[in-house]
Amino acid sequence: MSEMDEAIREFLVESYENLDRLDTEMVVLEERPEDKETLASIFRTIHTIKGTCGFLGYSKLESVAHVGESLLSRLRDGKLRIDDPITSALLAMFDAVRRMLAEIEASGSDGAGDYSELVRTLTALQESGSPPTKAAAPPPAVAAAPVVSAPVVSAPVVSAPVRAPATPAQTGFQVFAKATAQKAEAPAPARGEDARPKEREFPAADAVHTPSETKSNSGVADTNIRVDVGLLDRLMNLVGELVLARNQVLQFSNVVDDSAFAATTQRLNLVTTELQENVMKTRMQPIGNVWGKFPRIVRDVAKSCGKDVQLELEGKDTELDKTIIEAIKDPLTHIVRNSVDHGIETPEVRRAAGKSPQGLLRMRAYHEGGQVNIEISDDGAGIHTDRVKAKAIEKNLITAEQAARMSERELLNLIFLPGFSTAAKVTNVSGRGVGMDVVKTNIEKIGGAVDVSSERGKGTTLKIKIPLTLAIIPALVVNCSKDQYAIPQVSLLELVRLEGDEILREIEDLHGAPVYRLRGRLLPLVHLDKALGLADSTDRSQAINIVVLQADERQFGLIVDDINDTEEIVVKPLGKQLKGIDAFAGATIMGDGRVALILDVLGIAQRASVVSSTRESGTRDAATRVAQSTGERSTLLLFRAGADRRMAIPLSDVARLEEFQRSQLEFAGDGRVVQYRGEILPLLELSELLGWPTSEVRDPLHVVVYTRDGKSIGLVVEQILDIVEEDLVLQKRSRREGTLGSAVIQERVTDLLDVEGVLRRHAQGFFDEADLETARS
Amino acid sequence: MTDREQFCTFQLGALFLGVRVHDVQEVIRYQDLTRVPLAPATVMGLINLRGQIVTAIDLRKRFRIEERAPDRLPMNVVVRTIDGPVSLLVDEIGDVLEVSGDLWEAPLETMNASTRELVRGIYKLEGKLLLELDVERALDTAAVV
Repeated sequence: MSEMDEAIREFLVESYENLDRLDTEMVVLEERPEDKETLASIFRTIHTIKGTCGFLGYSKLESVAHVGESLLSRLRDGKLRIDDPITSALLAMFDAVRRMLAEIEASGSDGAGDYSELVRTLTALQESGSPPTKAAAPPPAVAAAPVVSAPVVSAPVVSAPVRAPATPAQTGFQVFAKATAQKAEAPAPARGEDARPKEREFPAADAVHTPSETKSNSGVADTNIRVDVGLLDRLMNLVGELVLARNQVLQFSNVVDDSAFAATTQRLNLVTTELQENVMKTRMQPIGNVWGKFPRIVRDVAKSCGKDVQLELEGKDTELDKTIIEAIKDPLTHIVRNSVDHGIETPEVRRAAGKSPQGLLRMRAYHEGGQVNIEISDDGAGIHTDRVKAKAIEKNLITAEQAARMSERELLNLIFLPGFSTAAKVTNVSGRGVGMDVVKTNIEKIGGAVDVSSERGKGTTLKIKIPLTLAIIPALVVNCSKDQYAIPQVSLLELVRLEGDEILREIEDLHGAPVYRLRGRLLPLVHLDKALGLADSTDRSQAINIVVLQADERQFGLIVDDINDTEEIVVKPLGKQLKGIDAFAGATIMGDGRVALILDVLGIAQRASVVSSTRESGTRDAATRVAQSTGERSTLLLFRAGADRRMAIPLSDVARLEEFQRSQLEFAGDGRVVQYRGEILPLLELSELLGWPTSEVRDPLHVVVYTRDGKSIGLVVEQILDIVEEDLVLQKRSRREGTLGSAVIQERVTDLLDVEGVLRRHAQGFFDEADLETARS
Repeated sequence: MTDREQFCTFQLGALFLGVRVHDVQEVIRYQDLTRVPLAPATVMGLINLRGQIVTAIDLRKRFRIEERAPDRLPMNVVVRTIDGPVSLLVDEIGDVLEVSGDLWEAPLETMNASTRELVRGIYKLEGKLLLELDVERALDTAAVV
């Protein structure tokens, strides 16, 4: 009995593999009906399934496969030409076979499904097409057949008869026309002598592949064996251990002075690296294994929405780890369906837009920098950003003000928000509101990233970047508070080291939020020790190491004590007791045998509020996230001017926040100044200017440095309170001098400082020159 | 029909504790610990157990007794759990004892609450009392704030 089970299992595995190939082959065949080789291959597959299931006693499956085989044999013998209805019926048959196989897998029998309609359809097709004289007739004749099959097979077939007469310009007809033309050429002369063409065509064709096929078959059998994935996983783990042991030996060889040992170590090193690469290769699969099903999906989706789409696959041989292949299967399918359903227009629309009626969907996979890139581009209508904007506002994902400030690129990225779907009508193909956000989440889960670009009228491209493997990753090892931490290389952008007085000059402090200007852009800095809640004991006056990282859409600099080498590390999960800590992605064992934690860059960023927290937490949060990641929600500096006046100015107006000792004050002209960065900084006492009482004599002075057109002025305030992000709503316009109005910020009434107004009035010099300069330039 | 049970015993401050031998994977001397920032207070760090990363829980912290003197290194009692091995840091390892089931008694109400919740029972041995550790409870780090 168990031998029988084994036989059934083998049969299932083999049949599934063959069926996956069938879908692709069928689509190829639809394009090139004359491709005898493909046809023969399809025939063989079905023939094998029929034979084996007969032997195993699955009579229903056998009967379906049998009619399919008969139809295929007529096609193979040139008695019939492949056309649209035949293709659809054959695909429906493959589906039926697949369903029965699933039944067999689940219950051991080929199921209770009724496939008699399908059998009838296939039989009808078989008979309808034979003589070439009927060449013109098939469309109506076969059109009736798929309708019968409708309850059994999936939607695409139903649409076939509707579509075929309505839009004769599409593939089906073209293929058909081509087929007819060919028929006129080739078999026509052979009509008279019925037996000979058969002999000449098929045996000949068979003779051509049979030997090569047998050869390759035996070749495959000789050089390939089936291996359980579990075994490969175990091998991979063992190699991981070996890599760690190797690292330790390497480290040890550095301290031992023995040339023989060094040579052995070197050898061990090489062998281990090679072993690691090769074991990793055993888990690698060409992406073509997933792509194999896309021709079918594209065909089905295109048919069901009346479109004509050609699929181009490039880089099928690009290899990826099996686990990653599994993980991208669904996201890719979703993207492909989306592109066909929403991206590519109907032939009429395309023609009106001056494009070829046939849409093009191109999938391209390639390796780049230790990662795999997958691009899915269509030449459809592109993403209508205005519509995206309207939708996002309507769905309350962002506010209108936020939307107004967003760049084209940011608007495009809104499609990845949870609860977003632009499809005007919900189709059964896509547009259920769960969509691109799930795609994005799934891809990020495996350490990948998605990006979308689109040009109106020209098309849309989605670019996915994913790591090759998850088990062993390159990582940068850093030190912080005497411990080592590993940072996955995928998030790493660059390293910056500041020494000596550069530190003071180039790291600026926004009231406790340090920033560094990285090529003109403000890079928020996060102290790793602080983010991890460790005491900061390190002296950073001599040198600062900044690791520039990418988290989500945001860049930030992580300040660490020391930067070591990059190393291949083996990612190990953390125990249950530590699962909840979002700052770590796992742990690894370093060359010295010690355990090092692997930082979760996104988690650290969230912890340090560089990006806002989890995306799963609802639409409101999603909106905040967008706003924060673009940094365009009003960020305000809150301060106290006068004894108890809370005031705010946009942080974007603030160059720096400084403190000066009273002893540093000097006088120039009729005002107070202070020497600041080699320049003279005029100071204005805000409470004095606005006529508010000051509390007491303060020392040091808190100064907000305001810069415009290269000129700076210091506004002396009582106290810096906070930096907040708010949707700024002015409650009350003000007629008071110096303020723009009031708003409620942090539940307190706060005046908004009219910086321009104050300066215009009290710092004439500052403005005259600045304005002049502006006018000149 | 006395059912006998083997216990791996260890000392923790003044407490004499035991874990069923069946639940113990191994006992090893002190290992270098990698501390885990942001972790619950009872998690002392991670150790490298022949390539496997194991979380080490300080039983003193868990029992809320004073920390051990800095010059005294704890020992690891590595216990098996469904989520993989976890190490319990204890002061000293004792013998493996075979004890009879009829020496067992339920934890006393008068025991210190934080001790009682971590003890499954008491074996009245000659001259001393062996407390059976409730491993599952001991590993529940969320219970200690």
